[in-house]
Amino acid sequence: MLKLKGINKIFNEGTPDEKIALAEINLHLKPGDFVTIIGSNGAGKSTMMNMISGALTPDFGIVSIDGNDVTGLPEYKRSQYIGRVFQDPMAGTAPTMTIEENLALAYSRNKSRGLRIGVAKKRREFFKESLEMLGLNLENRLSAKVGLLSGGERQALSLLMATFTKPSILLLDEHTAALDPSRAELITRITKYLVDKDQLTTLMVTHNMQQALDLGNRLIMMDKGQIILEVEEDRKHTLTIPDLMAEFERIRGEKMNSDRALLG
Amino acid sequence: MFLALFGAVEQGIIYAIMALGVYLTFRVLDFPDLTVDGSFVTGAATAATMVLLGYHPVLATLVAIVAGFIAGCMTGILHTKGKINPLLSGILMMIALYSINLRIMGLTAENTIGRPNIPLLNSETIFSKFQAFWSNLGIDTVLNNLLSSMGLQKVPATWSVMIIVLLITIVIKLLADWFLKTEVGLAIRATGDNKRMIRSFSANTDTLIILGLGLSNALVAFSGALIAQYSKFSDVSMGIGMIVIGLASVIIGEAIFGTKTIIRTTFAVIAGAVIYRIILALALRVDFLDSGDMKLITAVIVILALILPQFINKGKERKRKAKRAQGGKGLA
Repeated sequence: MLKLKGINKIFNEGTPDEKIALAEINLHLKPGDFVTIIGSNGAGKSTMMNMISGALTPDFGIVSIDGNDVTGLPEYKRSQYIGRVFQDPMAGTAPTMTIEENLALAYSRNKSRGLRIGVAKKRREFFKESLEMLGLNLENRLSAKVGLLSGGERQALSLLMATFTKPSILLLDEHTAALDPSRAELITRITKYLVDKDQLTTLMVTHNMQQALDLGNRLIMMDKGQIILEVEEDRKHTLTIPDLMAEFERIRGEKMNSDRALLG
Repeated sequence: MFLALFGAVEQGIIYAIMALGVYLTFRVLDFPDLTVDGSFVTGAATAATMVLLGYHPVLATLVAIVAGFIAGCMTGILHTKGKINPLLSGILMMIALYSINLRIMGLTAENTIGRPNIPLLNSETIFSKFQAFWSNLGIDTVLNNLLSSMGLQKVPATWSVMIIVLLITIVIKLLADWFLKTEVGLAIRATGDNKRMIRSFSANTDTLIILGLGLSNALVAFSGALIAQYSKFSDVSMGIGMIVIGLASVIIGEAIFGTKTIIRTTFAVIAGAVIYRIILALALRVDFLDSGDMKLITAVIVILALILPQFINKGKERKRKAKRAQGGKGLA
């Protein structure tokens, strides 16, 4: 489904600020895999997400989706196959446009956009049905501007929009981090539901270790631009937070700065 | 007085097409496009040149629209592919168009390359063509009799101009409303709203910006082509301050009629353009003001349109708070 092969990225190369963002990243996701990623700030998690989405290109290495090499494909072309939800609830929607118009934008993701009316009657029914799944009563506010929604509602909508066209890869970039605990809980539940429903291949960055353990079938830990730990399905069920901390200490020979890892 | 206002409304409706173009860039795309000052003249120059060379005025106008579209696309390419700041891209294109406009009008002169103006005194225009058809209908007499019976001394020579510009502008408004609801239109609006988001939904924002600027300047050039035929004159400096007039129309319209939906906003922009012309016509009737003061008056109108709504809102807010403070004890 998704393959990263020997991905390397250095920021500000040749200057005193030079920083190795990613060093020899190899990752392989099978269809239906749900991988959670943890690691402290600067570990390279977001850089890796940006590599996959096409917002950044690797210095060398190959990104392939569904067996096709997409390394040189610009972001807007690649995003036919990739759904993405950002940390900032404001980032995933267009605030001055209505809920149904936003959904129409998401709906045309994998089709070429033409001069058809975006919110046609038939589509509106489909939009309504999809919104009902969220249980936020948004289906009755189709023509409300998205800027008027709360952060949680916007993030739920972003999530729905990202998964609308059943993308090959779903990228979740700390998408619950900016919400209060009860909203974060709601978004987590919706995430689980939407991913399960379509068996989406998902990559989720989180600073919340418990969330990383609860969700998904695989877990990876990153540090200093490298993947330092991969936990497969069979071991993940029994893993606990202290286990993870101990694991980090064993590999790095230093104590994990748990505050940084947990709170970001 | 009535005739002056009648003329102001006619012009306002023509300038409304330009204002819709400005709305498309400034509001929808969130791109402050200064190409307008140049592309308005490009439209006027192209239409005037072709009319003078004997082409059919409708064809001349259509070519003017295409010329405006190309000019807008160039600004878009400068910004997206050349990574030049939006304001600067527009200014560069505006200044380049000045020379191009001279050359376009120069096509009508045999011994010079550039020409600063073209009078169209005896040429056929869209308006004279339509007038020929209109005058046979006899509607002018009916309407003017109606006006006379209401006690007006001076009546308009013809209603044909008013009718045709109204028809054209309504069609453009309906087209704009429709376009902004299509998939491409939605994507253009999203580009002005949240580029990062629409890129993650597989839209090429560069192409959308270029297309949006092209369409905007096509409208601006259309307006310029009509103004040249309306006033029977094209001049290389007729576009100076056009962007401010466009903005004035958008701001006045939005302040008075609101922006709740697209359909309402496009109406507001058109109404804003007409209101601006009326204010200007009234201001010019004040004794100590001269037609040379027009740009100053324009600036003052825009400043007022920007500041007044703030005052009004503050006043409303204060009233509401005062009301709540009075009856507030019961509520709390």
